[in-house]
Amino acid sequence: MITTATIWTVIVILGVGTFLIRFSFLGLIGGRDLPEWVLRHLRYTAVAVLPGLVAPLVIWPQATGGQPDLARAIAAVATVAVGWWTRSVLGAMIAGAAVLYGVMALGAFA
Amino acid sequence: MTQTTTKSAYMTGLRDGLPFLLVIAPFSLLFGVVATEAGLNILQSLMFSVVVIAGASQFTALQLMVDQTPTFIVLATALAVNLRMAMYSASLTPWLGAAPVWQRALISYFLVDATYACAITRFEKEPQWTVNQRFFYFLGAVTPVCPVWYVLTVVGALIGTAMPTWLALDFAVPICFLAMIAPMLRTIPHLAAALVSVTLSLVLAFVPFSLGLLIAALAAMMTGAQAELWMKQRATA
Repeated sequence: MITTATIWTVIVILGVGTFLIRFSFLGLIGGRDLPEWVLRHLRYTAVAVLPGLVAPLVIWPQATGGQPDLARAIAAVATVAVGWWTRSVLGAMIAGAAVLYGVMALGAFA
Repeated sequence: MTQTTTKSAYMTGLRDGLPFLLVIAPFSLLFGVVATEAGLNILQSLMFSVVVIAGASQFTALQLMVDQTPTFIVLATALAVNLRMAMYSASLTPWLGAAPVWQRALISYFLVDATYACAITRFEKEPQWTVNQRFFYFLGAVTPVCPVWYVLTVVGALIGTAMPTWLALDFAVPICFLAMIAPMLRTIPHLAAALVSVTLSLVLAFVPFSLGLLIAALAAMMTGAQAELWMKQRATA
């Protein structure tokens, strides 16, 4: 049993702490110019964080208890391939979902 | 700044954020369910989602509290999960740093994986946008994502059932983010950074407190920056 005091303590401190993490650079640096070498690193933030964030979810899906899953792996490859060739985010999402459900349906009937 | 351009920026954000409904819906429902099972009442579940508004860290904190972990460890671990958001904050600073402080505070509160991915993609595509247009774009991307997070947390807490597993909605997360990432891989430095990110995050998956991802991300940013320098030097040589 979690005590009421613990729950509210965690909610408030985690909320404030998370806000401060998010506000850090936007808040402190604001409109000041950043040096070129910093900007050069920041240009790669999205491709540096997001692929690492999802890679474990693709290789060790939670839904299968962490066991690699063929349908999910193929769907991930299809999503990246279509997104890369067409440059269409929506097209890549649709392709990924179609492949995921397609392979899962094949697996269910096989 | 005319009314129509801020409005169209907002609408563009709304459209870009819409697919992430599929990511947010199952996770917020599930959070409501898990929070109720852990003994939280509806107000506590809702406030958890409103005050913290960071899915992965909410699940982490809840699980640790259920395991009777000391509060200090709960907080340290859940905050470590959110440290990547400092990188998002830094990455958006060149685009939104000139906005008034209340706007930057609002953006910070709503800075989640989905809204960040939308914003950075669109800002790079529309470099001519004003800071005000970027702000309204961001609010547009927030609209289909964050309110849904609050509402479905309550729905999950009330009905006590998550999405059926055969829908495989767990995989909406990788598909949505991979679809955003793939078109970003337009240069060799971007490709190199993404490869380092994937490889190191898998190799460092054992590192506690989600710090493996942070190390992987820093190494990937350095890879991208260094590769860009090399390519420039080769082009001028």
